[in-house]
Formats: sequence, C-alpha cells, structure tokens
Amino acid sequence: MVLRGRSHRFGDDINTDYIIAGKYKFKTLDMDELARHVMEDLDPGFHARLKPGDFIVAGKNFGCGSSREQAPLALIHAKVGAVIAASFARLFYRNAVNTGLPVVECDTGSILDGDELEVDLSRGTVRNLTRGTTVRASPLPPFMQRIFEDGGLAAHIRKHGGFHLGT
Amino acid sequence: MGKTIAEKILSSHSGIDARAGDIVLADVDFVMGQDGTSPLAIKAFREMGGERVFDPAKVAMVIDHGAPSPNEGTANLHRLMRDFAREQGIILYDIGEGVCHQLIPERGHVLPGDLVIGADSHTCTYGGLGAFSTGVGSTDLAAALITGKTWLKVPESMRIVCKGRLPAGTYSKDLALHLVGRLTASGAAYVSCEFCGEAVELLGVDGRLTLCNMAVETGAKAGIIAPSGEVLAWVRGRSKKKFRPVFADEGASYVDEREHDVSRLAPQVARPHRVDQVCDASDLAGTEVHQAFIGTCTNGRLEDLRVAATILEGRKIHPSVRLVVAPASRQVLMDAMREGVLKILLEAGAAVVVPGCGPCVGTHAGVPAGGEVVISTANRNFKGRMGNSSAEIYLASPATVAASAITGKITDPRKFLG
Ligand code: SF4
Repeated sequence: MVLRGRSHRFGDDINTDYIIAGKYKFKTLDMDELARHVMEDLDPGFHARLKPGDFIVAGKNFGCGSSREQAPLALIHAKVGAVIAASFARLFYRNAVNTGLPVVECDTGSILDGDELEVDLSRGTVRNLTRGTTVRASPLPPFMQRIFEDGGLAAHIRKHGGFHLGT
Repeated sequence: MGKTIAEKILSSHSGIDARAGDIVLADVDFVMGQDGTSPLAIKAFREMGGERVFDPAKVAMVIDHGAPSPNEGTANLHRLMRDFAREQGIILYDIGEGVCHQLIPERGHVLPGDLVIGADSHTCTYGGLGAFSTGVGSTDLAAALITGKTWLKVPESMRIVCKGRLPAGTYSKDLALHLVGRLTASGAAYVSCEFCGEAVELLGVDGRLTLCNMAVETGAKAGIIAPSGEVLAWVRGRSKKKFRPVFADEGASYVDEREHDVSRLAPQVARPHRVDQVCDASDLAGTEVHQAFIGTCTNGRLEDLRVAATILEGRKIHPSVRLVVAPASRQVLMDAMREGVLKILLEAGAAVVVPGCGPCVGTHAGVPAGGEVVISTANRNFKGRMGNSSAEIYLASPATVAASAITGKITDPRKFLG
C-alpha cells in the first residue's frame, strides 16, 4: 500500500491527551465528533488545515499517556493517512494496529512541516518528495503485521474465532 | 539462566519458557475496563461476534472517570456499561465506589504473581502487589473478554535500586517523581521496571501502589515490586484464592541496573506540562496556586489523606485557594471518616467530592479557570489534562499539596512537620 500526503510536523512526547482531550472522549462514541478536536490543545487550527491523507510526523514517544483508543480512532476519522514517528509509546502503537491506523517508525529528523511524502507500507520506506530523500522504516513485528492485514484486531478475532498467533 | 519477575509470570501464564523478546499468548487472571474505555470495548466485543465473556467472575467494569455523570452523553455511555454488565453477569462498580486502580486491589481481584490487563494506562499500579499488570486499549480488552487471553511481547526488565531510607517529609510520590525525572518520559519505554532497594522495601501497600502507578510515565509496560510480608498479609485479608508470589531469580538479566541514593531526597514537584520536568519543591517556593487537589489512583488512598490531615490539622486553607479532595474509594472515605481524618480535612476548608477520579482528567468536579495554577497529587500534568488547556498543573505529594493549600504558594511541607 502506497500513501501520499503532506507532513504536519510535531515534536517529541505527543501524548494522547493532546491527540484527543479527555473532556471529549467521555461524552461520545461518535468518532467524527472527536475527529474535529484532534490536536486541539496543541494547535487549535490543526483540524481545519488537515487534508485527507495527510501525515502526522513526530519525534520520539508519540502517543504516550492514557490508553485511550479514541486517539487512533479519532485520527482515522480525521482522515490522517498515517502517523510517522521516530518512536511510539507502546499503548498507542498497539491500539493503532488494532484499529487499523498505519504507524511508521523511522528517522523523522529530516522531515519538515509541509513536506510532500510518499509512504510505502509494504516496502517500509518513506520518500520525501520535497527534499528528494528516502528513509527506511522498522517493520511491524510479524504478529502485528497479521492483525493489521486482517483489518484490525476485531476483524482478526472474527475471522479466526480467536487469536491466531501461529507462523 | 535466571529469570526476571516479568519473564516468570509470563512463562507461567503462557505455558512456554518465555524470555524477553518472545511474543506470548497468555491467560489473564483478571481484566478491567473503566467508563472511558469500556463503551468502545463493548462495541468491539459485538463486532468480534462475542456472545459471552470468558469468565464473568474475572471481569470488572468501573464507572469512575465521569461519576456521577456530568452530562447526557456520559450518562448514555454509563447506561451501556450497566446493561452489558447485567447481560453478562460481570462485576460492575458503579458511581461512588471509587477509582478502578484502588478497587481492583482493595476488593481482592489481584494477587501476587497474577497477570492482569486493564483498559487504562495506569493498570501498571498492581505491580505494587507483585503482579504483572499492564494497560491495553479497548479492542485488546474486548479480545480478552471473549478469549480470556492477551498477546504480549515479553519485556526486557530494568532493575531500579533505591538505596537508603526516604527522609522525613518525603514519600513514595516524591520517589516516583524523582525517578520519572531521572528516567524521563520515554526512558523506560516498553520495559518492566523492577523497583527494589531499602527505600522500596520499607514502603507499605499504599506507597507501593503509588510508585508502580507512575511507572507508565516513563513509558514502561509494567512496574513491579517483589511482595513483602505486609503485602502478602494484606492480600490474604481480601481474597481466599491461593497464590504464589514471584521473585526474580539470581542471575536474571536486566537491560539496565542502576542505583539511586534517595537518603537525601527533598520533596519533589513536576512542573507544567511535563511529568519528567522535576525539581525540589523549595525551588518553586513563592509560586502562587489557586487550586489544590488531593486524590486519584496515585494518591487518594488512606495513607495519603492521613498525611494531608497531619499537616492541615488545626489550620485553614488560604482564602484564595480551593482544596478538592477525592478519596480513592468508598472504603477509603469511610476509613477516613472513622479515623477523624475527614473531619480535619473538612474543617480546614476542603471540598470533598465523590470517590472516583475527581477532576484528574477534566471531566467534572474541579475544572480550573484559564491561567490558573493547580497543585495536584495526580500522575499527569499535560496541557489541558484537567479540562482547561490554559491552566498550569504541578504534581506533588499529598503533603506538599496540603502545605501549599495552607500558604497559597508552592511550599516544602517539612515546614509544617515537627
Ligand atoms: S484517577 Fe486519573 S489517572 Fe487515575 S484512572 Fe482516574 S483519570 Fe486515570
């Protein structure tokens, strides 16, 4: 799968409270409503500027903090194409794979705000079309790859009638 | 070769000889969800084709984050949980019972050596009893509700040795803040932190839960303390089930092993908006505060309220400060009442709210005004955390929060302790 979009650049340690604030998540399961408030406390104009397929690009420890799955779900509903970060907090990474949000771990140091990117999920590469550079991403662990390919954990469990860890 | 506590617990629950780096499918002893995560888990349970939970006695849902419901939307989500609990016969802790991470240990649902998952990042709290417990998302919770299992990558372990005794006026919260400051918000990412050393061994049950509660603020998957005799007796008073405490083997291998001399630790404070921006309370002396908050799954336990009462006894909070107290559970509230602790807090001017999360996550019960400064016993001070992105949150121990409530400024509590 090849994704294309523009980079929206954030720093290190972006926590799930910033992705979607607690004051919204307890009120509704309507993810389109939550999608309108993503990143609001850090950047109130973010949702208005975001175009479908755009990428969130961040430093290390993206998604630290609470276990809220509303974080990846709200990003999916905001039509974020993928999150590309130097590293991820474990809960966010797990929740993203479980819900089907592409997460790409690679060196993001050279990507600036507004850069045009092309992400090849199967080959694990991120091409920076603005700067003419390519970086390699760390692959998903095989079991997570399977969950992602099945369309998320709910689809995986439905398909196999339970966990299907085998090789 | 010897094994760490995490490797031993994950081996016994998966039936394989598990080592750090292995991916295991493990049987869980207990699973938990709260009102911010359970509604999505219920949705995922249905999507997965789930009909019955694997074992209703091993599942609890807790209504604590927005309890009692502050608005119609939350009320509807709570109803969804109540209906699901009735349908499945699972344990439901409704409004007023307390915070999930107090209730699960207090009601005897977690034992030393257990594997527990919860759809809340602070599930790592139960490591204070010697369990391997970790947070997961709603979909993982749903999968566990159906299968009784979860998949986990066996983490590397870090051995954190706290040498010396904590000095008077400092508590396990100061130790936790100090370690988070040292390790940073991602310094223990994905690992299991084994806390040990004299300062840790001397902690009571409440203090152990506080320390492990904050393990996730370093990115850790779990925080674990080998259980003491006091812990074992405490657990036996709450559960009839048999259990086997787990200790690390001689020669277990650690990614990192570091000693921290804490014998001269001063009361610690984390500055806005990062948990790992930690300094001595005295460095911030004079910083004005508008709201003080004692509560949460970190520091709303009986020991915490007692410490606050010691400082507030016979004193009044500063006229320009509000003090909000949220006991961690109904039991904590009742014990505080019986001991006279509650009376001291009320006479000092505290507003005591319903046992539960209180204003910790900005849903209700004490959202600060724009530009206001809060000093809180919680575990997170992210921008917007308490419901207002222009408020500033400082994190500290119950003693430091109580002392600051009296003076109206961030205050080293040792000033009020004999
Ligand atoms: S008290 Fe705060 S940190 Fe603890 S479970 Fe509730 S909202 Fe989360």
